[in-house]
Amino acid sequence: MALTREQLAQRVAQEFKDGYYINLGIGIPTLAANYIPKGIDVVLQSENGILGMGPFPRDEEVDADIINAGKQTVTLIEGASVFSSADSFAMIRGGHVDLTILGAFEVDCQGNIASYMIPGKLIKGMGGAMDLVSGAENIIVTMTHASKDGVSKLLSNCTLPLTGKECIKRVLTDLALLDIEGGRFILRERAPGVSVDEIVKLTAGELEVTGDVPEMIFEI
Amino acid sequence: MSGFNKIINSYEDAMDGLVDGMTIISGGFGLCGIPENLIKEIKRKGTKDLTVASNNCGTDKHGLGLLLSDHQVKKVIASYVGENALFEKQMMSGEIEVDLTPQGTLAEKMRAGGAGIPAFYTPAGYGTPVGDGKEVREFNGRKYILEEALQGDFSIAKAWKADSHGNLIFRRTARNFNPMAITAGKISVVEVEEIVEVGDLDPDQIHLPGIYVDRLIKGTFEKNIEQRTVRNT
Repeated sequence: MALTREQLAQRVAQEFKDGYYINLGIGIPTLAANYIPKGIDVVLQSENGILGMGPFPRDEEVDADIINAGKQTVTLIEGASVFSSADSFAMIRGGHVDLTILGAFEVDCQGNIASYMIPGKLIKGMGGAMDLVSGAENIIVTMTHASKDGVSKLLSNCTLPLTGKECIKRVLTDLALLDIEGGRFILRERAPGVSVDEIVKLTAGELEVTGDVPEMIFEI
Repeated sequence: MSGFNKIINSYEDAMDGLVDGMTIISGGFGLCGIPENLIKEIKRKGTKDLTVASNNCGTDKHGLGLLLSDHQVKKVIASYVGENALFEKQMMSGEIEVDLTPQGTLAEKMRAGGAGIPAFYTPAGYGTPVGDGKEVREFNGRKYILEEALQGDFSIAKAWKADSHGNLIFRRTARNFNPMAITAGKISVVEVEEIVEVGDLDPDQIHLPGIYVDRLIKGTFEKNIEQRTVRNT
């Protein structure tokens, strides 16, 4: 079975390490904040100017001056700091954020990512994504492996306008966890119940499969 | 004696001098920390053919979206179109020219504009449409594109607290682009929730010194929320 949004969030959160400053993109990455592994401390960066973003507020705590990058109301944890957009992107571009997780429309086996527009159809804008992918060493892209019609989003060459060039090294899809190295995808883990054949069929870019590929493990 | 008193008493006077074709740099992120009353004044004035630099353009009904609905804007420099359907429509139809700019690049363009730096190299956008036609230079094995600073005829911004000299304190994530936007305008106009006496602010706690502020006005704010998200537990 393909992973649900919650399972994607849960799996990506397994990559969190104690002491990490983490930037979570809009959507599934934001959900990962609900699955921080027990016993570790991480600090969430929100690119509109927070280090130490907390959970959504209770009704009576809602403050219009405290939002996340997705414009949702949030809270600040104890020890949080707030700062300007210039400072926020200085820490992002400067490589001070330990882990960045963001979504994409397409990635390819050169490590290119496309996530901000579909010409003629949809223009979202890149927001902070171009700065994030160019500044971070440690990036995980979370996305669906293929469209509903079975068209692969893991390509030899992205077809959409790029958000970043040769910058992605790890992709978590609803079917698999893959690394990108040497111009190809390398299959690391399968979603529970998803066969290697199925992943091969839905991966358009060059894919390396070595040995037995383990299933992802989810703690209940 | 009063040469440093930046206080203006009406929104009409606050935006005096803004004429058709000018460039405005605005603070705000979504609807958070936007100079909402200054935007309404620009709408009331009906100034046209404006170029507006702001992270995004509010929503259809609030913030800079108000200027789009009256067709006052010729060009937008922004990082995100997302939540504003009208913005997306006017962009797709070609009614307004849009210079999509990475968020960190936009913040730095404003910062540079106010700091006397004409241009800077950044990795953001290299190898993407944003880098098309821009100078590329390699430093230590990585490629960067040259981005130019941004300056405006006016900047409009919102802060939380000020003294009458325009020393400013922002609040929470309502700070966002406001400090850089203020520095990048030839005439900077800032609206605040509270104005205190000179001497009431601790010099160590001031986020932006009053030297950058030309006009200061106290307003009342709706502070609309785009995505009111709460937890039950």
